[in-house]
Amino acid sequence: MINNIPEPMTPNVFRINKKYKETHDTFTIELEPTQGTDEFFFSPGQFNMLYVFGVGEAPISISGDPKNPKTLKHTIRVVGTVTKAMYRLKRGEVLGVRGPFGSHWPSENAVGKDVIIIAGGIGLAPLRPVVYQLISQREKYRKVVLLYGARTPEDILYTYDLEQWQRRFDIEIKITVDAAAENWRGDVGVVTTLIRKISFDPSHMIGMICGPEIMMRFTVAELQNCGVGKENIFLSMERNMRCGIGFCGHCQFGPVFVCKEGPVFNYECIENFFGTREI
Amino acid sequence: MQTPESSLAEHPFLKDLNPRLITFLAGCALSTQFHKNQFIFREGEEANYFYIILDGKVAIELFAPERGSITIQTIGEGEVLGWSWLIPPHRWRFDARAIESTRAIALDGRCLRSKCEEDHELGYEVLKRFASVITSRLEATRLQLLDVYGAHV
Ligand SMILES: Cc1cc2nc3c(=O)[nH]c(=O)nc-3n(C[C@H](O)[C@H](O)[C@H](O)COP(=O)(O)OP(=O)(O)OC[C@H]3O[C@@H](n4cnc5c(N)ncnc54)[C@H](O)[C@@H]3O)c2cc1C
Ligand code: FES
Repeated sequence: MINNIPEPMTPNVFRINKKYKETHDTFTIELEPTQGTDEFFFSPGQFNMLYVFGVGEAPISISGDPKNPKTLKHTIRVVGTVTKAMYRLKRGEVLGVRGPFGSHWPSENAVGKDVIIIAGGIGLAPLRPVVYQLISQREKYRKVVLLYGARTPEDILYTYDLEQWQRRFDIEIKITVDAAAENWRGDVGVVTTLIRKISFDPSHMIGMICGPEIMMRFTVAELQNCGVGKENIFLSMERNMRCGIGFCGHCQFGPVFVCKEGPVFNYECIENFFGTREI
Repeated sequence: MQTPESSLAEHPFLKDLNPRLITFLAGCALSTQFHKNQFIFREGEEANYFYIILDGKVAIELFAPERGSITIQTIGEGEVLGWSWLIPPHRWRFDARAIESTRAIALDGRCLRSKCEEDHELGYEVLKRFASVITSRLEATRLQLLDVYGAHV
């Protein structure tokens, strides 16, 4: 099984089976292995190190459905050297995959509770697998709410999934954008403003947050204002990475390594250095 | 049946307000409804009312000649629209347009200003609540200005 690769520094070669644009700067690739089993098991929130041969490697979250291990999906925003090179790869070309690495969203802690998922921008990519997971076992949870903030309506990811989820009566979806032209009929304002627009039980809930660090800081503060305890808030952190397996120290964040103890952390464990300038 | 007074008493903006003051406020209140796309007020007009939104959605817009109308915020159920009635020169700085059919309680700013002068307890309660709304809007605007989803954040 690919999960148990003997040498975690050696990438497995995967072929791009499908590639499609999500927005003007973000695309999704679907990968299949060139050898071995075609199933890739992972837990929502985990990431892979994707290697563009001859260019470099980047940590990218797995964005597909954990119940569908035959399709390994990654959604990538083009920002620099490696992600640009990934964007240039065409269907049929190959890249290296190491993983899955890191911690996962605590859906097991959320059983019997309200689950409030708060995503900003590309932060929806590592959260989409947990939405699929919660929906597939919907009866285990109380309210399931997804609050999603994007820059503009054109920057909204996964519009197909969002439409499907909006049609369901057992999950509440609220989307807001930071700015919009007058033809946009949805909400305008930062994602934190959506928190006051939903009802949930602050003492029986789990919050899962992923987005730019500033957005997560404001979101944590707003959840705490609503009475949510820090032990019930989970965040996915980003740091530059090299080995991805706790060897090199590149991703150190205070006393922890994001690649190993994270990327998903309980807020209580990181609050002392979350938002600290030097870290 | 819901009266303006009972709607005011149940609205989050006036949560825990002394019932005497609710009754006092209700003296300046009027139930109102806006249909989709109706302008509630326009930039530059005199700000004589503010609105306690009961349901629906309102866009706060700014018109820029080359870009058309830009929505900078939307306001909905449980929120309050407009504070220019409180602060001189009492003129709206933005346009407000219902983007869904919207029910609201309109509070007459002139009536309320004079009641706040008469009854400082009411004035203090109203100011405290608006200060909290203005602070959270300011925080949200700062976050919006940071453009956190843009590149290089
Ligand atoms: C655990 C983890 C999971 C991640 N999951 C995803 C994912 O699912 N999808 C995804 O697109 N990215 C994800 N990232 C971020 C991704 O790893 C980086 O964007 C990537 O490494 C950048 O590499 P690059 O060579 O393209 O850019 P660089 O050449 O390293 O950077 C170029 C420029 O882009 C800026 N930049 C770098 N990273 C970011 C960023 N994240 N956002 C905005 N600007 C940035 C840099 O400051 C620099 O100015 C994840 C990161 C971590 C740690
Ligand atoms: S990336 Fe090497 S220790 Fe985390």
